Order: sequence, then C-alpha cells, then structure tokens
Amino acid sequence: MARGQGAALDRKKLMADPIMVTTIVLLITFLTLFILYPLAILLVDSFVGDGSFGFSIFKRIFAMPTFTRAITNTLKVGFVVGIFSSLIGLLFAYVEVYVRMNRFAGGLFKLVSLLPVVSPPFVLSLSMIMLFGKAGIITRFLLHIYDNSVYGYWGIVIVQTLTFFPVCYMMLKGLLKNIDPSLEEAARDMGAGRWKVFADVTLPLMLPGLGNAFLVTFIESIADFANPMIIGGSYDTLATTIYLQITGAYDKAGAAAMAVVLLCITLLMFAVQKYYLEAKTAATLTGKASRGPMLIEDKSVKVPLTIFCSLVALFVIMMYICVPIGACFPTWGYKFFPLTGKWFKQVFTRYHGFKAFKDSFVLSLIASPITALLSMIISYLVVKRKFKAKGFIEAVSMLAMAVPGTVLGVGYIRGYSGGLFHTGVLQGIYGTGLILIIVFVVRSLPTGTRSGISALRQIDKSIEESAYDMGADSLKVFMTVTLPLIKDSFLSGLVTAFVRSITAISAIILLVTPSFLLITVQINEFAEKGSYSLACAFATILIIITYSAVLLMNLFIKYFGTSRKIKED
Amino acid sequence: MSNAVIIKDAVKKYGDFIALKGVSLDIKEGEFFTLLGPSGCGKTTLLRMIAGFNSIEGGEFYFGDRLINAVPAHKRDIGMVFQNYAIFPHLTVEENVAYGLKARKVPKAQIEPRVKEALELVQIAHLAKRKPNELSGGQQQRVALARAFVIEPSVLLMDEPLSNLDAKLRVQMRTVIKKLQRKLGITTIYVTHDQEEALAISDRIAVMKDGVIMQCGTPTEIYAKPQNPFVAGFIGVSNFLDCTMEQDGLVDIKGELKVKVPVKSTYTGPARLSARPEQLFFAEAGMPGEVQFSTFLGDFIEYEVKLDDGQNLIVNEYTKDTTEVHEAGEKVFLNFDPQRISVYEAESEEVITC
Ligand SMILES: Nc1ncnc2c1ncn2[C@@H]1O[C@H](COP(=O)(O)OP(=O)(O)OP(=O)(O)O)[C@@H](O)[C@H]1O
Ligand SMILES: [Mg+2]
Repeated sequence: MARGQGAALDRKKLMADPIMVTTIVLLITFLTLFILYPLAILLVDSFVGDGSFGFSIFKRIFAMPTFTRAITNTLKVGFVVGIFSSLIGLLFAYVEVYVRMNRFAGGLFKLVSLLPVVSPPFVLSLSMIMLFGKAGIITRFLLHIYDNSVYGYWGIVIVQTLTFFPVCYMMLKGLLKNIDPSLEEAARDMGAGRWKVFADVTLPLMLPGLGNAFLVTFIESIADFANPMIIGGSYDTLATTIYLQITGAYDKAGAAAMAVVLLCITLLMFAVQKYYLEAKTAATLTGKASRGPMLIEDKSVKVPLTIFCSLVALFVIMMYICVPIGACFPTWGYKFFPLTGKWFKQVFTRYHGFKAFKDSFVLSLIASPITALLSMIISYLVVKRKFKAKGFIEAVSMLAMAVPGTVLGVGYIRGYSGGLFHTGVLQGIYGTGLILIIVFVVRSLPTGTRSGISALRQIDKSIEESAYDMGADSLKVFMTVTLPLIKDSFLSGLVTAFVRSITAISAIILLVTPSFLLITVQINEFAEKGSYSLACAFATILIIITYSAVLLMNLFIKYFGTSRKIKED
Repeated sequence: MSNAVIIKDAVKKYGDFIALKGVSLDIKEGEFFTLLGPSGCGKTTLLRMIAGFNSIEGGEFYFGDRLINAVPAHKRDIGMVFQNYAIFPHLTVEENVAYGLKARKVPKAQIEPRVKEALELVQIAHLAKRKPNELSGGQQQRVALARAFVIEPSVLLMDEPLSNLDAKLRVQMRTVIKKLQRKLGITTIYVTHDQEEALAISDRIAVMKDGVIMQCGTPTEIYAKPQNPFVAGFIGVSNFLDCTMEQDGLVDIKGELKVKVPVKSTYTGPARLSARPEQLFFAEAGMPGEVQFSTFLGDFIEYEVKLDDGQNLIVNEYTKDTTEVHEAGEKVFLNFDPQRISVYEAESEEVITC
C-alpha cells in the first residue's frame, strides 16, 4: 500500500514540475529518433530490404567470402589486441602502483595515459607507416630493410594495441589502487613471497577487472575504423568492409545486414562486460584502500620493470611526435632535411585547409555544448530523480556505448536518406550539417553521461533537497545548485565532447557530403592516396586544436574551478 | 616456537615527522602484550615495524635472540590479524585458513586436519565451504583469527581486531581471543585504543603517547599506580587537584586538607594529585564542596561535586557501603585514602608517590 502511495506521490510531484516533464519527453524523443530508430531500421531493412521478408539478404552476405573473411579477421584482431592491451595495461598499472618512480618515468606514464585521449585516431597508423613501412625511417634507413610491409594483420594489431592499452592501464590502475593492501600483507606474513602474493592474491582479485579491460578493448578494436582503413591494406575488417560495401559496391541493403552482424557481436560483448564482469569486479574489490600498498623495494625487480615500461612509453610518445615531424619532411620517405613548412602551405593554398579547419571546428564547437548539457541532464535524471521512463533513458544511452560508429553511420543513411521509414519526413536533415552535429552528439554522449553520473553520485542528495524545500523548481535547482557543484565535470565533459567530435571519423565518413570538408576525412583521403605528408600536415593541425582545447580547459579549471580537478578515478 | 620480542630504541620517521621517538619494549615469551594509546600515537606504526611492513629508521628488533631488522616480512614467522580482517574474498573459509600452511609448504596430508582443528577452535567448522561475503562480521573475524594462528607463528600481531564489531560482540570476541591465546601460548602483541579492552585482555600493557611509551606494566599496576598524569587520565577516570608537596611526604591541598603520602623522592614544591572517583569519599572534614547532581548506576552512585574554589570532582560511592543518597545542593566534605592516590611534580609530571 505504502509503496503504491509513494509511487503516486512521486508521480504527482513530477507532474507538478512541467519543465521536468518537457525535458523528459524531449529527451526520449531525441534518443528514440537518433539512437533507437537508426538501429531499428537496420534490422527492418536487412530482413525486408529486397521487398520480401526473410533471411535472403543475410544468406547473400554470408555467401560473400570477403564478408566471412572480414568476420574472422575482425575477431582475430580484436582477440589479440584485447589480450595484448590488457596485459601491457596491467604491467603499466602494476608498476605505477607498486614502484615508486622518479619524476621522469612518472611523467612518461602520465603522458602515455593522456595522449591517446586527445589524439586523432590515425596518428599511430601514420607514424607506423612512416617509421616501419617500405620507406620507413627505421626499417629502410637504419636497418636497410627495403621490403618491409606494415600493412595488414600485424600492422593493425600493433597500432591498435598501442592505441588502446593506455585505456586498460587507466582502468586497471583504478582497480589495483582499490585492492586492500592488508590482503597482500596478510598473504605475506603467512610466508608468501612477492611473486606468490601476486599469483595468489593480486591476480585472482584482478581477474574480473582484466576480463573487463579485455572486453572493452575487444569492442573498441572491432569498432575501430580509422586504423584498419589506413594500415589494414588488403586485410579488411568488418568496419572497413561495411564502408566499402556502401561506398564501393553501392549495396546499402547488404551493408545494413553486415552492420547488424557487427552490432550483434559488440552488443553481446557489451552485455557480458556490463552485467557479468562489472558486477564481479565490484564484488571482489570492496575495501577502499586506506594506505598505500607495499612498494617493491627489490632493485632487481624494480629497475627492469621501470626501464621496460619507460621504453614502451617512450616509444609510444615518439610515435605520436612523429606525425608533426613527418609533416615537415620535404619528401616523405626519401628526403628528410631541411625540414620545411611547404606541406602546411599546400594544405591551406591548394587543399582548402582553412575551410576544413573551419568546418570541423565550427561543427564540433556547436555539438560539444549540446553533448555536455544533454549528458549532464541524463546523468542528473538517472542519479537524482525517480520516474517511469528512467530505465529507458539509462538503457538507451548505455546502448550507444556499444554501437560502432560505422553501424550508426549506416543506420543514419538507411534511416534518413529517404526520411523517417522512407516516407520523406525529416529527409531535409540528411546531407546537412545538422545531421553531422547530431552524429557528433550521439557519439560522445555515452562517455559524457558516464562521467556525469560518477560526478553526480558524489553530491549528497540533501544539498539539493534543501533547495527544493526552499521552494525552487527543478530547473532552478539544477541551474543554481547542481550545475555549479559539477561545474568542473561539466567543463571537462564539454572539452571531451569537443575533442571526440573533432577527431571522429567512423560514422561521419559515411554521412559527410562534399559541401563539408572535415579534417579527419581529409586525413583519411590523403592517407588512402598515399600522400602521407599532407595527411600528416592535416593531422598536425588537428593535434594542435585538440591539445590547445585541453590545455585551455586545464588552465580554466585551475584558475576558475570551484572544486579541485576531479580525479580520473 | 613462541618467541620473546625485544625492541631497543625503535625510531620511525615519515619525512620530517618522527612517529616513534626511541621505543624500547621487552615482551616475554607467551605473553599477551597490548599497545594502548590515543589515535595517532604510533601503535600501528610500531606493530607494522614488527611485522616488517614498515621500514625501520633506528633501533633493533629481536625475536628471541635473532635480530630481525633485515628479515623480510614473509620470513619473520608472524601471524597478523587486521582491523578489516583482510580475508581473501576469492577463497573459501577453509582455503583462507589453509593459505599460510600451503605457503609454508606444510605437507598436504597435515593441512586438512590442522585447518579443521583451527576452525573448530574458533567454532566455525560448519562454515568451512563458505565464501567470505557470506559471513557476518564476527564470523569473518574468527576466520582471520584462525588463519593467523593455524600457522603457529612465533609472534601473533593484532591491530584493533575488534573495532569493526558491535559492542556486545566485541566483549564476546575478546574472551575468545584471550582463551585461545592462553591455550596456544603464542606471544601476542595487541593494538587497541580502548582502555577497557586493554585492561580486560592483557598480561601487560604499554601506554603510548606521541611516539613515546608513557608507562609499561600489568593492568593493575597501570590502573592503581599511573606513573604520570597522562596515564592517570587515559586509563579510567581521574580527578586532578593542584597541591603543594612539602617535606616528609606531606601534601597540602589549597590549605584545606593536609595528608601524608608514601613518597619515593624528596621533591618539594608545586604538584598535582590524582585520585580515582572511588578513592574519594564523603567525610566529616576535608575539602568543602556542594553536590551538583547524583546518578544512580546500580552497584554505585556517581556524584559530581563542586568544590568551593569552583573545580568539579567525580566521586563514586558503592551502593553496598551506604544507606543514604546525597541530594543536589547538599554541602559536603571530601576526603581520600592517602595510601592510594598519586602525586606528580607540577613541572616535569614525574611521579612522587610510591
Ligand atoms: N605513511 C605515513 N606517512 C606519514 N605519516 C604517517 C604515515 N603513517 C602514519 N603516519 C603518522 O604517524 C603517526 C602514528 O600513526 P599510527 O598509524 O601508528 O597511529 P595509531 O596509533 O595506530 O592511531 P590509530 O589509533 O588512529 O590507528 C600519526 O601521526 C600519523 O599521522
Ligand atoms: Mg592504528
């Protein structure tokens, strides 16, 4: 009885708050139109695309050897990259948590964790080609190997591992720090040496977390479009195959069915990760560590570990630096000196660099505040309010996390090129900047929502309740109490959204029309054509933009932030 | 084999902060020894130095006659019970208890009976197959205990093992611990900031403050003869009074009362007197005051008495020794048994009485 009354009361409170209701309705409409609908239309299309309902399209694509090969390729790469990334990530995390490093090594570690976040997706592929390709600086000019090929399986594996292991490193670091040090001390005083402690206690406690890191990387690797595109050569993955199916074979129905297959794979992984492993991770790591863990003092372990990780870190950092330098070589692969600015000049004089810069910048600039605000509203609703559709909102925004950009891109093509359900309604947005902005928003929404939720969970509910008691409505409370309290988190969400948008490629490349020149698309185009100098020059411009944005944000938070910077864990 | 633990001039530094300022202890074989002191005094720090988890900045640590300063933690042959139990969440109860035996390469055939025996000793044999998250706090604590003593360590260390339990369970578990320790005869070093727990459980207690040992002795010694005002105030309740020490053990309290106490030094001059509430009693003459209020607590009555100079004293009177209750507002005189109180020098806080 009491519960029914409580629900009725909640509903009454909600209805008395029209702003709240409007927001929820708008939000549901947005999520349905731009996340659920494009995915639904893919399903519909792949079953009825040929006019008759059935599996005919699936039969057709599974009969294509290119497609079945792409599936095995994708899974093979994802699996290996997942393993490598989580192991290297674990090593880095272990060294950071258990070894007291000097400032230099500490700085390297920090840089390694930061670089992949703020860099465009192609950077490592480009520098891989520059360093180890046929005309690679290291392979050709240092080692005198003239026929080394970086294109293909190993190229993708190496580049993706280097791109994704920092994510694992950050995830696992948070977990390692949460292991109660007394567990390890208990094992140690019962007579276990350090290796035994690691094998018996630390590793078993980390296993669910490692599985989690593995799956997250697996999903990222499967969804990755940019790297396989540039360094994959003839080794096609699902994402590139789908792209080629649309842009090369003009087979939209086939591409839709392929996208459904890709989506099923990532959704399955995501479900396992979300509902099985995350719960397990939480169950084994309950105690909050109150003091630091037992550091490794033994020099014979400590020194090699630190040196190995520092070398890997240095290598990764060098690869990131290669791109701006590569943009200054007079002739890629043959003539390195004197460094020149001619490619940058060409970018701006011959290849519409300014327009590309402007288009990318403006579209991302419009998208990022929308993303930041939307994700804050969603996290606010999820964390602080009770209402019927809450489960829907939470589920759909999480779903977006598991959708590869390529799948979303195909969904938009199928869903909007002929209007809603091919009726012509809303057809107007197809091919415009608006749909690009929407894609930017949808693609960055999950990250923003996730960090928003964790920021809001730290605010005590009673603070807001006291504002309600004093008679403020929900908009007012949100604007005057909640928002100021999460100002820093909002700001970093803003910048993250900006960086993610301006470096986005996978969905965008399917939807962009010639009237918009986006930097990432340009990089892809020039790299495809083999004009690596121009690709590097464009990438450098992009790097400068993203780094400045992050730098500005840090400065701003430092001088105007209310709370201190919210820690990554 | 159980070991004596001898610590000579232990020093611990955290950067510029000196957490232990030359601590010396002589803990006997088989003894139940407690480190007691307020939060932050360095109890945990000292315990973790004995365990080998903290570096040692100065001093010598011996187990028996073996210097262990350079011996790593896993070779010190210790068992430790942690405040938060630190049971391995991924192992069952019996796997937890067996862990130390396996790590010490005890033959397989011996492991099972020893684990069983240990679990029976702490009365949780029926929970052997459970995972830690299926246990109550008290049961987890028993697992931690069993795990620590099953390896028959030469020294057992416990850092506030009962502080996460509720009051009733705490009293129950401390009896379990005490009985177990008696039975096994393992040298045990126990850390707590609960003076009642320390008095109840220990053979000897070291009272610490700011990285220094203030007094070391049996519970009765420490309670009856605190060596300085800090110990007098920290253990139990004490009333402090300013007084003047004169020749031949004569104590003059504000000119109102003059008593003769047994002394061991010839100090004269300003001093402080401490008396337990039960050492004060109402008399025909003595320090004049007025009862503020009285609380009937069953076996005794607690009075708050305001002396004429404004100071408040706590006086306990056993119900069995009295027939009347003094009411608030009543004028009374307070006196005490000079044999049992302690007097300290005002400046150095050194004890004068013996
Ligand atoms: N890792 C550390 N770095 C710096 N100072 C420390 C560190 N660990 C402890 N200290 C300081 O050393 C002093 C003693 O700490 P310790 O943990 O031994 O106190 P404790 O007596 O166990 O207190 P509690 O009863 O609160 O557990 C404290 O002042 C504490 O702030
Ligand atoms: Mg402590």
